[in-house]
Amino acid sequence: MLSELNSKNLRFKRGKLGSLAKREAWIGMAFIAPWIVGFFLWTFGPMLASLLFSFTDFNLLRREEIQWIGLDNFRRFFTDPLVRQAVKVSLTFAFIALPVSVIQPILMAALLNDGRLWARRLFTTLFYMPAVVPFVSAVYVWSGIMNVQTGWFNRALAVLGVQGPDWLGSQVWIYRSLVMIGLWGVGNMMLMTLATMQGVPTELYEAAKVDGAGPLTQFRHITLPLITPVIFYNLVLTSIGIVQYFLVPFVLKGPNGDPGNATWFYGMHLYKEAFSYSNMGYGATMAWMLFIFVMIFTVILFSTQKYWVYYAGGED
Amino acid sequence: MNNKNMVTKSSPLYGEMKKFLGKITYTLIATVILLVFLSPLAYMATTSLKSRDMIAQADGPILPMAPVTFEYKEREHPVLKVPDESGNIAELAVVKKGREESIFVDPQNPEAGEIVWTGRWRTLEPVREFAPQWDNFSYAWTQLNMPRLLRNTLIIAFVSMVGTIISSTMVAYGFSRFRIPGKDLLFLILIATIMLPAFVTIVPTYVLFASIGWTGTFLPLIVPHFFGNAYNVFLLRQFFMSIPKALDEAAMIDGAGPMRRLIYIILPQSVPVLVAVGIFHFIWAWNDFFGPLLYLSTKPELQPIAIGIQRFNAQFSARPHLVQASAFWGMFLPLILFFLAQKVFMKGIVFTGVDK
Repeated sequence: MLSELNSKNLRFKRGKLGSLAKREAWIGMAFIAPWIVGFFLWTFGPMLASLLFSFTDFNLLRREEIQWIGLDNFRRFFTDPLVRQAVKVSLTFAFIALPVSVIQPILMAALLNDGRLWARRLFTTLFYMPAVVPFVSAVYVWSGIMNVQTGWFNRALAVLGVQGPDWLGSQVWIYRSLVMIGLWGVGNMMLMTLATMQGVPTELYEAAKVDGAGPLTQFRHITLPLITPVIFYNLVLTSIGIVQYFLVPFVLKGPNGDPGNATWFYGMHLYKEAFSYSNMGYGATMAWMLFIFVMIFTVILFSTQKYWVYYAGGED
Repeated sequence: MNNKNMVTKSSPLYGEMKKFLGKITYTLIATVILLVFLSPLAYMATTSLKSRDMIAQADGPILPMAPVTFEYKEREHPVLKVPDESGNIAELAVVKKGREESIFVDPQNPEAGEIVWTGRWRTLEPVREFAPQWDNFSYAWTQLNMPRLLRNTLIIAFVSMVGTIISSTMVAYGFSRFRIPGKDLLFLILIATIMLPAFVTIVPTYVLFASIGWTGTFLPLIVPHFFGNAYNVFLLRQFFMSIPKALDEAAMIDGAGPMRRLIYIILPQSVPVLVAVGIFHFIWAWNDFFGPLLYLSTKPELQPIAIGIQRFNAQFSARPHLVQASAFWGMFLPLILFFLAQKVFMKGIVFTGVDK
């Protein structure tokens, strides 16, 4: 999908449209009108409004007293210790979660793509299944199995003679536990990776075999390059998901960042400012800072594409 | 030497066997990984069937097992595993507990009278039987107020589903079949909106809904879906473009207008992809937590299932069996839907992500 985001896809035609072409254009515009209206209503308009809010002290509970305060919100943003904590927490989490969510779907797809697997469709369906489990349910199921005393994890570890950790109460383990809960969410990426792997021409593998390449070499030099578009897609969407991440810890640990601010994610801070304290001005500032970060990050990510993402269609 | 029957390395039979063994080993390993991956679901299943007492025992059995009791002289007595002198184990009910010796009765044959056993009864293992507590599910159902949660969730999910299907189909049709100046740029913007963090728009959108009095109603969760969804538009457009243009061109020559061509040519061929869009949306809406959290937090009577389960768990967090039963009610419908339509569903996922 993201390969559509390329300026080469833009074709501009010059010259006047004939009456027939004009008619066609109007009918087409009528069909896409809902999205264009929606774009201004739900995306472009709010973004502009958000930018305006960020220069005010707009509070929803005292909306008559709204005042233009210039860059005060941004000044506060850069000195807010809770922002610093939130950025630290989000980055700590991203540091573990991002590699896992890039690698896990590849490993699962490779497991499912192997010719030695019987009943591949059944396995694919069952490995996919947790992705349709609503996250609220998933959070409670995982918090049960990770319970310090009664959870299966620590009971299994006790059988091995190991004292299990406090999965959800320790400021260190909480990140690993959140990443584990996230393991259930990769179904879509797994399916896309698997489909792409199945689309790799078998001649390539046969040729590699003739040249004496083992399974690992084949994976490294044939499969991996050909699935880079899916990896890229995953990387972009997962990163954007991670910067907004807070609902799982919110349901799991409540809105206060427990244990000890360890789940004070950026999204949690934003949510509390804007929707618990109705501080729309500061909330909008935090949202715009997030937007700027995401913009810079995606531009960098997209610019690295030419070094490692291989699109089979090639350049045209 | 019977060389004839020996399977040598070079024989084709050896190769077949090696392949067969390889498949068995590989599939077994995959099964183990799958079981570990799905083990939280097994935890949910067994825990939701336990009673409070069964959970209180931290090292008790994994399955919902209850100690067996036996009624003797109008009182319930626990049944224990009692070894006799030769080491055979009998399952006997203890009717009078003593420090060094206790009196037992054979539940199979109480007429045989009381048996005196010397030893500490506390060292004996209780006999357990499989005793699933199905009541937990009905209790959680009532306490959650599932009928109300289901009604709210289904209203929100279905109305917004109709909205997203109609609007996304129209937009995708516009993008796939008409020459519009600047269309490529518009489509690029459409895809780019997928990458926009929701937080960037949520603050003013909330203010908008609050100022027109829509907070505390279903409207903020429904109305935005009537303006096309970028994912769905992309999926439908890809599909529409795979339908040969010759068909609608022929219809056009016969005088069919753009709406007729959409309804009679394009849509009949797009049923699977429309079903996929519908199911994706339904599961998304069932799962949606943030929207209802913002707009319905003051209206418990309008809250959908995701919020209902969170509220339930704030109240019953000390009772894991009820927590797990509620988690089950939170996932049963999406799972059923997924299994009913898994082929269409999984194809649809692949369709959105694979680059051509």
